[in-house]
Amino acid sequence: MTVFGWLQILFVAALVLATMVPLGRHMARVYAGERTVLSPVVGPLERALLALAGAGARRSQTWLGYTTAMLVFNAAGFALLYALLRLQGVLPLNPRGFDGVEPFLAFNTAISFVTNTNWQAYGGETTLSHFTQMAGLTVQNFLSAATGLALAAVMIRAFALSGTDRVGNFWVDLTRVTLHVLLPLSVGLALVFVACGLPQTLLGSVDATTLEGAKQTIALGPVGSQEAIKLLGTNGGGFFNANAAHPFENPTPITDAVEIWALLAISFALTHTFGRMVGDARQGWALAAVMAIVLGGCLLVAQGIEAGGNPLLTALGVDPSLGNMEGKEVRFGSAASALYAVATTGTSTGSVNSMHESFMPLGGLMPLLLIKLGEVAPGGVGSGLFGMLVIAILTVFIAGLMVGRTPEYLGKKIEAREMKLAMLAQLILPATILGFTAVAAMMPAALASLANAGPHGLTELLYAYASATGNNGSAFAGLAADTPWFDVTLGIAMFLGRFGYVVPVMAIAGSLIGKTRAAASVGTFPTHGPLFVGLVTAVILILGGLQFFPAFALGPIVEHLLIPTGQTF
Amino acid sequence: MIEHLRPTFALLGGLTVLTGLVYPLALTGIAQVALPGRANGSLVEVDGRVVGSQLIGQAFTGAKWFHGRPSATTAPDPKDPAATAEAPYDAARSAGSNLGPLSRRLVERVRADTEALKAEAGVATVPGDAVTTSASGLDPHISPAFARLQVKRIAAARGLAPETLEALIVAHTRGRDLGFLGEPRVNVLDLDLALARLDPS
Repeated sequence: MTVFGWLQILFVAALVLATMVPLGRHMARVYAGERTVLSPVVGPLERALLALAGAGARRSQTWLGYTTAMLVFNAAGFALLYALLRLQGVLPLNPRGFDGVEPFLAFNTAISFVTNTNWQAYGGETTLSHFTQMAGLTVQNFLSAATGLALAAVMIRAFALSGTDRVGNFWVDLTRVTLHVLLPLSVGLALVFVACGLPQTLLGSVDATTLEGAKQTIALGPVGSQEAIKLLGTNGGGFFNANAAHPFENPTPITDAVEIWALLAISFALTHTFGRMVGDARQGWALAAVMAIVLGGCLLVAQGIEAGGNPLLTALGVDPSLGNMEGKEVRFGSAASALYAVATTGTSTGSVNSMHESFMPLGGLMPLLLIKLGEVAPGGVGSGLFGMLVIAILTVFIAGLMVGRTPEYLGKKIEAREMKLAMLAQLILPATILGFTAVAAMMPAALASLANAGPHGLTELLYAYASATGNNGSAFAGLAADTPWFDVTLGIAMFLGRFGYVVPVMAIAGSLIGKTRAAASVGTFPTHGPLFVGLVTAVILILGGLQFFPAFALGPIVEHLLIPTGQTF
Repeated sequence: MIEHLRPTFALLGGLTVLTGLVYPLALTGIAQVALPGRANGSLVEVDGRVVGSQLIGQAFTGAKWFHGRPSATTAPDPKDPAATAEAPYDAARSAGSNLGPLSRRLVERVRADTEALKAEAGVATVPGDAVTTSASGLDPHISPAFARLQVKRIAAARGLAPETLEALIVAHTRGRDLGFLGEPRVNVLDLDLALARLDPS
């Protein structure tokens, strides 16, 4: 850790904190259907879109109706994106003349963007036309983020309202979060990005003649507009193969800090939205504190480890003072790279400004750990908040067991039905990750894709399935993931991690919203103080630790222990 | 189910047009009018010829130039299209090495590069960025220490005084943004363009 590392952390934390309350308040208005400061601009558009959707698109739905609407909409989004990818060759705005995307890769990419994962089995500048990037990927960047934010609205209402079976209307929520939150923030951020040097052009590429007389083809495109929503929506799929390490996606340390703010801003602000809507802002701050503690702990480890350099290279006469620089950019250095890596995996973004695969074993363990803790610190837009609320429910249940009282959260009794559903949702993550990794580790077709041997190879597999199931999208990117095996199995993992998780969570919301809110009494366990913050943090770490420690021991931990031996693979 | 179809088609269609076409195209329009240089890739022209981008590194191999970092970008092998070959700084195929910290290929590559640099510059240790590949393969920058390490070679190749080159490096060193963001760095293309102006040989 250097003093500059600390300053960078404080700077980004201050940015996030500064926007948390105003943005959180704004989103509470959006969820409540009230007028916002943007209503004069986007109001007519909102009314026109909902009129187009029909009268039924305004009635409040049951949790099942809401969830079905969400699933139908996402299925249609998948079909549209798959079609655009396959038909790319005959569609416009294809200056570099790319063919249609192969079926397996198109399947994987379409699922990936619909589930807000944005796993890159494709290389953007070598595979996709501008039309695909804009009308395909950028659209799902918006819509998958809006889907997450809509589902979070339902989970918040489950605690804020009572005695009803109506959770809101999916079409209204989807339209409002897109028009009042995601689109305006993206326009503003994209303008900043373009001013900082991100390309925004319809040119495909430019040929330069280098000073030594060689030809260099420089790929270009509408990068700024996609970069903005890719971060704000915690999507993470890069315009370029190297993602936000590419100088055109992230040209300066200032754009880097702004990008880290953008990927944290909405998820943290949502805790404040939650606090306001349940009528007690402290409840939101408590959840934000848990997120910050988990994120901060991982950050200190990652920055500390990466700053130390690679002892194997130091022994060869490489000065370790810049830190571990393999797979990192000079303008960011090891501190800003570790900061980005932790922020992008604590949220389910998956955008990268350095190659996580080349991190030191314990440095690379931190992103992997954050994904496996369930993407709740602070998690993806919407999905982070409802994931955290599921863990809060588990925590009050465990606390209730310890003192022998019926568990309550915000006055809502947590009973057998909610606990069964919460456990079902929680188990999908480890079952999918560990199951697929175990099978892949025995499949010759899967092992042929590994870029690294030894324990690092196992981590590569583990990271891939964790990233897909957690809907993160970052990678130990040496893995040659565009094979039928990985395209299909990672596609299934992304589907289960998103929809297998949210359906039981919506059922919990449907059950809770019908219950009356019990008034707090002297026997009520307070859920806004340090004790609750500590308990939730412990539940996150113990659940994640117990589920994944054996796998970590065989991968990054054994790799770390091998460093002093000088053994290579 | 059926009642969901009209809103699905209406909103998927409407929002696709809005977020997938209107949003990026309107931004492209604004950017092209307001900031055409940056919006088109911050290209650098010399005598009306595009020599590269301010933001993108390029390969330098000759002894007379400051070199960038090793680059891990690859391209299809011209001899065997099924295989890939090294193609440093291919700005149409960004990529990192993705070698793990205990990778034998990493250690052997760094060993060879480090030995060569030590011999060339007559030093015992080399800066970390000089022998590691960047995340994008297109890193436009090097550390000031790596730039200084190359002075001896360039001074000999061009017959310039080392002090002249040292001064050139100082003039092109950029500190941390706002004093604490990122790392100090030198843009290699800028530095080499300045070198070419200083010594057009």
